[in-house]
Formats: sequence, C-alpha cells, structure tokens
Amino acid sequence: MSKQINVALIGNPNTGKTSVFNALTGLNQKVGNYPGITVDKKEGICKLSRGVKAHILDLPGTYSLNASSLDENVVIELLLNKNDKDYPDVAVIVSDVENLKRNLLLFTQIKDLKIPTILVINMADRMSRKGISLDIELLEDKLNTKIALVSTRKNEGIPNLKALIENYKTLSTEPCLDTSTIDAEYFDSLKQAFPNQDLYKLWVVISQDANFGKMDRNELDFSKFKTKSKSELKRLQQKETIKRYQFINGILKEGQTIDVTKATGLRAQFDRILTHKIWGYVIFFVILLTIFQAIYDWATVPMDFIDSSFASLAEWIKITFPGGGKLTDLIAEGVIAGIGGIVIFIPQIAFLFLFISVLEESGYMSRVVFLMDRVMRRFGLSGKSVVPLISGTACAIPAIMATRNIENWKERLITILVTPFTTCSARLPVYLIIIALVIPEGRFLGLSYQALALMLLYLLGFGMAVLSAYVLDKILKTNRKTFFVIEMPSYKVPLFKNVALTVLEKTKTFVFEAGKIILAISIVLWVLASYGPGKEFNNAPAIVEDMYPELQGEQLENKVAAYKLEHSFIGIVGKAIEPAIRPLGYDWKIGIGIVTSFAAREVFVGTLATIYSVGSALDDDDKTIKNRMANEVHDNGKKVFTLASGISLLLFYAFAMQCMSTLAIVKRETNSWKWPMIQLFGMSLIAYIVALIAFQILN
Amino acid sequence: MRLTIADLKKGERATIVDSSSEDIPLKLLEMGCLPGNVVELLQVAPFHDPMYLNINDSYLAIRKETAALILIDIINE
Ligand SMILES: Nc1nc2c(ncn2[C@@H]2O[C@H](COP(=O)(O)OP(=O)(O)O)[C@@H](O)[C@H]2O)c(=O)[nH]1
Ligand SMILES: [Mg+2]
Repeated sequence: MSKQINVALIGNPNTGKTSVFNALTGLNQKVGNYPGITVDKKEGICKLSRGVKAHILDLPGTYSLNASSLDENVVIELLLNKNDKDYPDVAVIVSDVENLKRNLLLFTQIKDLKIPTILVINMADRMSRKGISLDIELLEDKLNTKIALVSTRKNEGIPNLKALIENYKTLSTEPCLDTSTIDAEYFDSLKQAFPNQDLYKLWVVISQDANFGKMDRNELDFSKFKTKSKSELKRLQQKETIKRYQFINGILKEGQTIDVTKATGLRAQFDRILTHKIWGYVIFFVILLTIFQAIYDWATVPMDFIDSSFASLAEWIKITFPGGGKLTDLIAEGVIAGIGGIVIFIPQIAFLFLFISVLEESGYMSRVVFLMDRVMRRFGLSGKSVVPLISGTACAIPAIMATRNIENWKERLITILVTPFTTCSARLPVYLIIIALVIPEGRFLGLSYQALALMLLYLLGFGMAVLSAYVLDKILKTNRKTFFVIEMPSYKVPLFKNVALTVLEKTKTFVFEAGKIILAISIVLWVLASYGPGKEFNNAPAIVEDMYPELQGEQLENKVAAYKLEHSFIGIVGKAIEPAIRPLGYDWKIGIGIVTSFAAREVFVGTLATIYSVGSALDDDDKTIKNRMANEVHDNGKKVFTLASGISLLLFYAFAMQCMSTLAIVKRETNSWKWPMIQLFGMSLIAYIVALIAFQILN
Repeated sequence: MRLTIADLKKGERATIVDSSSEDIPLKLLEMGCLPGNVVELLQVAPFHDPMYLNINDSYLAIRKETAALILIDIINE
C-alpha cells in the first residue's frame, strides 16, 4: 500500500466541512458506526494524482481548542495525540467566508500547535451577494498559510485544494502569534517544568479542565506543577481570546473589505416568520405533520410492494426447489422472511432522514431549537433535545448520539433516557400490522382512523418522553453548571449531494447493523420452531391423526404443523411465559414475538411471520403475514387479534425498552450500565402495567 | 443597576462593556462576546427567552439567564 497523506477537516459547525469532505471523497467514504467505534468518525479516500492518495477525516465541528462538549473533545484529543494513527499530516481548516473573523480564531489556535495547516475559505459563491472581497495573497502572507477559496455548491476550488494537500510539505508551521505573553511568568514556569513539551500544547491541556474536565492527562504529570485555580485559568483564556481577536481584526482590516450597501440576505425576512411567536410554532407543527404523512402514507406504497414481493419470492423458492427439504424450508421460511423484515424498513428510514437532513441543512433546525428551548426546559430538557427527539422517530441510536451537543449534563442525560420512548421506525411495522388488523377502516375529517391511530401512538411516545423527563428532572440531582449557546446559521437551499449521502449512509447503517441481528434471530427462530424434543414433536402426524380421524388433506396438514409448532423448542418457551402475558391478552405465539423483540422490536413481525409460516401450510390468500395473523384463533375459537388485545399490544410496544443496540449505545454515552438498566427495567415495567390496564378495561 | 443584554429590546443595539462573569461560558467569549464588540437583539422567543442575537457578526441564541450576566451600553440611534 502506498503512503497516504492524513488529512483532518476541522472547522466551526456549519462551515461546510462535510460538503468539502463529500466533494473530495465522493462515494469513497465510510462511517465508523455503532456499536463500538466513535460515530463521528467519517473517513474517506481522495485520489490526488497518480499514486498519491489522501485519507480524509471529517471531524465534528468545534469553535476552539477548548472543548465544551464530547464532540469537540474528539477533535482536541486527536490533535494533541501525535501517536494517534489518524494524527493529521496536514490540517485543513474549513471556514465560512461570511464569518471569517470567528473562524480564524480556531485557525490561529491550530497554527500554534505547529501542525501544517491549509485554510479553506468556503462558500465563495456568497461573496458577491454579501459585498465581501478578499486579498488572498495578503491573507496567506499574514497568516503563514496557503488558502483555497472554495465553493462546494458551485464545485469550485476543489482541484486547487487537492494540489495544496499534495504539497503539504511546503507549508509553514510557524505559529501566528505568541500566546505566552498573556502571562509570561506562568508560561516560563510551565516551560521549565516540562522542557521537552510544546508550550502551547501544554497550555491547551492544562486549561481544558476549566471548561470540560475530560482531558486524559496520563502522558503528562502535572502533580508536581503548581497550576492555577479554575477561575484564574479562565481569566487567562479570556485574555488569550481577546489577544487572538486583536490579531485577527488587524489582519482582516487589511485583507477583507465588506461593502455593506451590497449585502443582501433573506435571514431577517425568514426569521420574522419562522421564529414568530405564533406562526413559528404553527409552521413547525405543520412540518411535523408532513413528515408524519410521508412516513405513513407515502412510504406504505413501496412497503406493501416489498412485503408482497418477499412473500411471492418465498413461495417461488418452495415451488421451484421442492426437493430441497430442510434447506429450502430454511431459506424460504427463515432467511427470506428475515431479510424481508429488514428491507421493509428502508422506505420509512429513508423518508425520515430525508426530512431531518433537509431541515438541518437548510438551517431551520436551529430555529426549532430556539423556539422550543423554553418549553423543553420546563421538563428538564433543552431546546437541543428537540433534534434527538425528532431523530428518535427514525432510530434511537443516532438520536442518542445527537445529544452530544447538549452542553448541560443533566439535560443531556434526561434526553438520552427518554429518547427511546419516541416512536422509532422499528416500532412502525408492529404498529402498522396491528393497526391494520384491529382498527376499523373509515374516515374522520378526511383522515383515516388508521392514520389517526398511528398519530396517537406518535403523540403518546412524545408525551411519555416528556412526562418521564419531567419526573427525572425532579429526581436527578446534579451540581454541574448549565449553559446554552446555539448558533443560528444563515438559511440555505440544501445541497442535494449532502442530503442524498446522509440518507444513503443512515439507511445503509440501519440495514446492515440492525439487519445482522434480525437475520440471525430469524434463523435461530426458524431452527427452534422446526425442531423439538420428545415424541410429541417427532410423532406429530400419528398423534394428530389419532386425535382427529375425520380430517383430510390440507386441513390435516395444518393441524399437524400447528401441533408440531406447539411442541417445538420455541413453542415450549412460548407456553412457559404464557401465564405472565395472558392477562395482557396475548397467546404463546405473541409471547415468542415479545421475547425475541427484546433483541430488537422489528423482529416481532418477522418472528410472527416465521412462526405462522411454519405453523401453517401456504395457500393462496394466506400468504401475507397480515392475512395469517387475521385468521389466528385461540383454542376456544375466538380471534387472537381483537381490539382489546391489539391496543394492549400497541401500548406494550410503545413503552417497552426492546432494543439491545440502544442499550449498548446508552452504556457508551453515559459510561455506565446503571442508566441502560434503569431504562430496560423502568420502561418495560411501565409497558406491562399500561398494557395490562388497557386489556382489562377493553375486554 | 447596569444594563445587561437581557434588558435589550428587539432591534436595539449595544456595546458590550463587561463579560468577565465566572458563569459566562468560554464558548460565548470565543464567539465574540467580548468588551467593545457590538450586540444586537434580533428576535426573542416567548417570555423573552431565549434571545436571538448578533454578537460581533455571529448569529446565536442564548438563554436569558446568561444574557443577564453581560453588561452593556445601549447605542442610541
Ligand atoms: N452557499 C453555499 N453553501 C454551502 C457551501 N458549502 C456548504 N454549504 C451549505 O452549508 C451548510 C453546512 O454544510 P455542512 O457541510 O453540513 O457543514 P459542516 O457542519 O461543517 O459539516 C449546508 O446547508 C450546505 O448546503 C458553499 O460552498 N456555498
Ligand atoms: Mg458535518
């Protein structure tokens, strides 16, 4: 393998790092995803010229080298650790031409770490509209760097950037300014105590604790060194910031001219409506409804198609390979059913991420945070909890990771704990099928009862999230300080490429990560349902014929299959837990579905599909899962899926914590098993009680 | 009593006089909330909280409790 140039993309949030990353790497990218590796690690390969490649890392946005959140900490830890395999050969600082002043603060800090640095001034297409002109040569000279003026929107400046990266060895590593003058005496003593270390790096490490306190100091031993109190450190940091701004202002005075008379922008007009005290909320609500409509209405078309395609595929395999015996059965009943259960999610996941990424890209999401902060704070949440709660309607895992930019630990923890109540797309198939079974057709104000039922379930999820947040807010005690700052980016038309890549990446992640579990469980299930101990299972045909001598042909086959299932391994498990779930209105087959759902909810439908296809011979109008479920009856001949048992099941799935991946991610994000365990037991208990009450009342 | 950002009315501009309170997050200072810089109140959410500001050409929203820590002089236009 030829040597790759390690490139790190660094910059303030919303300056276009990801856009530059996409422009450089195209589809040559991958995201380290859950479980295990850090989420934020987006890496890709960029071909620079013949035989020269660059390894590009898209880092989370940060305003400075002083971390105030986990996300920012990722960047700083990388830059301070020369031994990290991703330690950059060259840092590419992406800045927004509209706010160079603030973007350069981070730039000067990174220069002080003596890392070769390229400055990307992005969004060049907006310069004329904002009346900005730049003297690039002068800026390059004063900042000791090379500048690439880029517009990812217009696809300009990328070849120049590639050339600069390739020639990174010629970049100056001269710092921009001398920080030590903010307190010469103190910096002198630092230097004496650690003569072998880089002075600015020492200062960054030593001052981290003042704001964040997560820095790993193992390699440096500060115990002998008499450092300053937190407030003294902070005062020095303020001094440092002022000094940097003086330097930057001086440079920009010469290198940048802004003709205010030419500046136009729609920010003010849009804000007047979108953050309006009444209209702002109305619009937000309408957007939520639209998202909802998309998931329920538009997505069902491809979903129905997928559902029936997989059913026909399974049938086709059975017909085409009749002699395959057990193997054919495994493929048709285990594998195909399992894969179908995953693929069916794709339309919904894709729609949700489409909306979320468009809202984020356009700058609207920050307005939502602004509008909602005050309301959310009443419940112990933050305005920034809105994004995780909305993302939670796709999947709790990325949602929980999206809590990282909540500065206040208590608000963040509460958001993490309550997010799994929101209706994630894994619940959707369960909801959809049960609603279709038990909620009658008909319309109310133009909306179908079934759509309304689904809407109620969504509201219920949000309601429960907010309610439990309120309770947790009262219970939890912390003394960590709180603060809240959110940047309000300018409005932009989303870049198609960014949106498409986000949707693609999230969907892919979901399909592969969740898919592995679902597929594995489907196969295990099939095996457990197709084999059983003892003579009951093995002599099923003879026993059934004895019991029902009058049965013939297909009816007999069905009875045998059902009898076998009941005495298979999985049937025994289901029967064992039946007493506990009977009061909720479920039979042992649903019991099996619930047990397997504790790995992942979406397994439920697949499980029932597997169980029912094992439990009955296929005939024509019986082939979709829904029809099979509708025909299920108890021993006494009553239907299994009634309004009462259906509602009870819906409520159970609405509240129960049934997702191993979420538990794993909560463990990672909170760094303890305590919180995921509280979620698992607390939520499942709530689910059981609510489902019990519902069934007993309705029945 | 000195005026703070929390006292600003929508559309008003002011010069920051002091932002050295312990409880002001460093991040805010780094975004340009420093003495001498100009701040303008652009929008407020219900109950005047949070407040949507333009500080030193950065657009950001902060909570009222933080805004009340930053001392200002109002610019009369
Ligand atoms: N006008 C314009 N907008 C851009 C450009 N590059 C990115 N954007 C937009 O800026 C926003 C933030 O981009 P993104 O790449 O997500 O930034 P990140 O947060 O730094 O990763 C998105 O809405 C992009 O569509 C550009 O060159 N010109
Ligand atoms: Mg990004």
